[in-house]
Amino acid sequence: MTAVTSGIPAQTRTDTTGPVLQLRDAGVRVGGRTLWSGVQLSIAAGEFTAVLGPNGVGKSTLIKAALGLQPLAEGEIRVLGGAPGQAGRRVGYLPQRRSFDASLRIRGTDIVGLGLDGDRWGVPLPVPERFSPKRRAARARIAEVIELVGATKYAHRPIGQCSGGEQQRLLIAQALCRKPEILLLDEPLDSLDLPNQAAVAALIGRICREERVSVIMVAHDVNPILGYLDRVVYLAEGGAATGTPQEVITSETLTRLYGTPVEVLRTSDGRLVVVGQPEAPARHTDRHTPGAVAAAAAPAAEGAGRAAG
Amino acid sequence: MLLADAASNPWSWNLLTDFQVMWSYPFMVNAFRAGAVIAVLAAAVGWFVVLRGQTFAAHTFSVVGFPGASGAVLAGVAAGYGYFAFCVGAAVAIALLPGSGKGRGEESALTGTIQAFLLACGFLFVALYKGFLGGVNSLLFGSFLGITGSQVLLLTVVAAVVLCVLAAIGRPLLFASVDESVAAARGVPVRALATVFLVLLGAATAEASQITGSLLVFALLVLPAATAQVLTPRPGLSLVLAMVIGLAVTWLGLTVAYFSPYPVGFHVTTFAFGGYVLARLVNVVRQASLVRRAPLLRSAA
Repeated sequence: MTAVTSGIPAQTRTDTTGPVLQLRDAGVRVGGRTLWSGVQLSIAAGEFTAVLGPNGVGKSTLIKAALGLQPLAEGEIRVLGGAPGQAGRRVGYLPQRRSFDASLRIRGTDIVGLGLDGDRWGVPLPVPERFSPKRRAARARIAEVIELVGATKYAHRPIGQCSGGEQQRLLIAQALCRKPEILLLDEPLDSLDLPNQAAVAALIGRICREERVSVIMVAHDVNPILGYLDRVVYLAEGGAATGTPQEVITSETLTRLYGTPVEVLRTSDGRLVVVGQPEAPARHTDRHTPGAVAAAAAPAAEGAGRAAG
Repeated sequence: MLLADAASNPWSWNLLTDFQVMWSYPFMVNAFRAGAVIAVLAAAVGWFVVLRGQTFAAHTFSVVGFPGASGAVLAGVAAGYGYFAFCVGAAVAIALLPGSGKGRGEESALTGTIQAFLLACGFLFVALYKGFLGGVNSLLFGSFLGITGSQVLLLTVVAAVVLCVLAAIGRPLLFASVDESVAAARGVPVRALATVFLVLLGAATAEASQITGSLLVFALLVLPAATAQVLTPRPGLSLVLAMVIGLAVTWLGLTVAYFSPYPVGFHVTTFAFGGYVLARLVNVVRQASLVRRAPLLRSAA
């Protein structure tokens, strides 16, 4: 990217034109229940992909499987051509809905810095930066990613005192610290207000283009990111539908995927509303029940906020 | 040389003589040494306790330390060994509790139940040990009398081991403390770290109990770290600051306790509490001045 990052171990960027994430006949079981199975999936490098589907279908589980935190019950998953969990620093991860305790007295910069070397043992020796090119490089990289997400103004504040949108930007910076080739984001727009949703979505889109990071993002609502997406993955119990948003978010494709009549409506300003999408059997506690149910019941009123999820 | 006898230690306002007199007693020198070791250790471990929100675990260990200490005295062993055995034992037990994987085992009802039972056992041990009544206070609220040279050595060795382990796991532990899910995804052994930290906390609690007693452990474990974190959000700086504050309140408390008829636990805790209140006040003033300055900056730009 720039010269300042020379101190960071050089990324062995395998310029594979092959897929960054690939699933073959993959299935996953959590607590004895099959979330999805027979999933075929191939996500190409440099693309912005959204993972969509009803609540409880296992969207987050797909991310966990890609991280190697959730073993597959069947089939195969390959991340950057290798086994999941082996890619290490080449994968950046932003888990679902974290907000820091208001009393947490750690600066945003430090949280971002943990993304760079937080997993290294020992504590850094208090060597002045003048004598340590490594520390200089680390500091430059941290400043660079913070600048990239536009968080320079508040990065020195205790993170507990930052707003939800500010925290989310800092966490994206943390995930970007090591120049990952894939960014796995789990509902990063959740719990943000609408202006912040639009801003963070634009930021992720820009990172995908400019930093050439493949972004795989679990989303509840496709509309804020619709303009930036290359590809969507719609998950269902029996498999997945992949393609451009225009191909996949259609009444025909979703009806076929779910085996039940699903209608996709387009509002006058281009938003998509999915009606009649089945809920996955809620045998575990759903985190956000109202969204899709309300959309099914009153699509016109809910259309602006919740759709396609 | 009963120290509670205030008349024998008048404060003369001649600092040099005062300190010469105080440090002419070997037990006083030992108290200062032990105090320094304990203050630094407790502040370092306590810094993570505050960050992780594990003050209840610290409280549990300190309560469990009381039957350990009274049981040790009953058995004719130094109280210090009892503190170590019970606090570290409790740490291992809590780490093994079902549900402790989420790092919240110490908050389960089971922990509270066992804590109450052990406290009762401690009371029984005290009752069984006839003529020990004066000692209950020092076990619960601290004392600096009778710390021997060999005890200082034991405290130092334990503290050195705990600090070394803490230094080795420091950065991943910080990562796991503030951002558990990302740390786990990065391959940080979050659960193992939580267990190791509980054991370190047990050892630190046992050490702090020996100066502040079981019930005032927070004075050295939580207050200096909380004060430092209020003062600065820089992790390295606040860690060092916590140690400095801990050392300062301990030595101040010991000095004042020597010249006053009141117990050391009260003085150490009062200084620590005073420091915390002061830090909060400083923060309020600082933030108020920031708010006042902000509109000016905006109009200038």
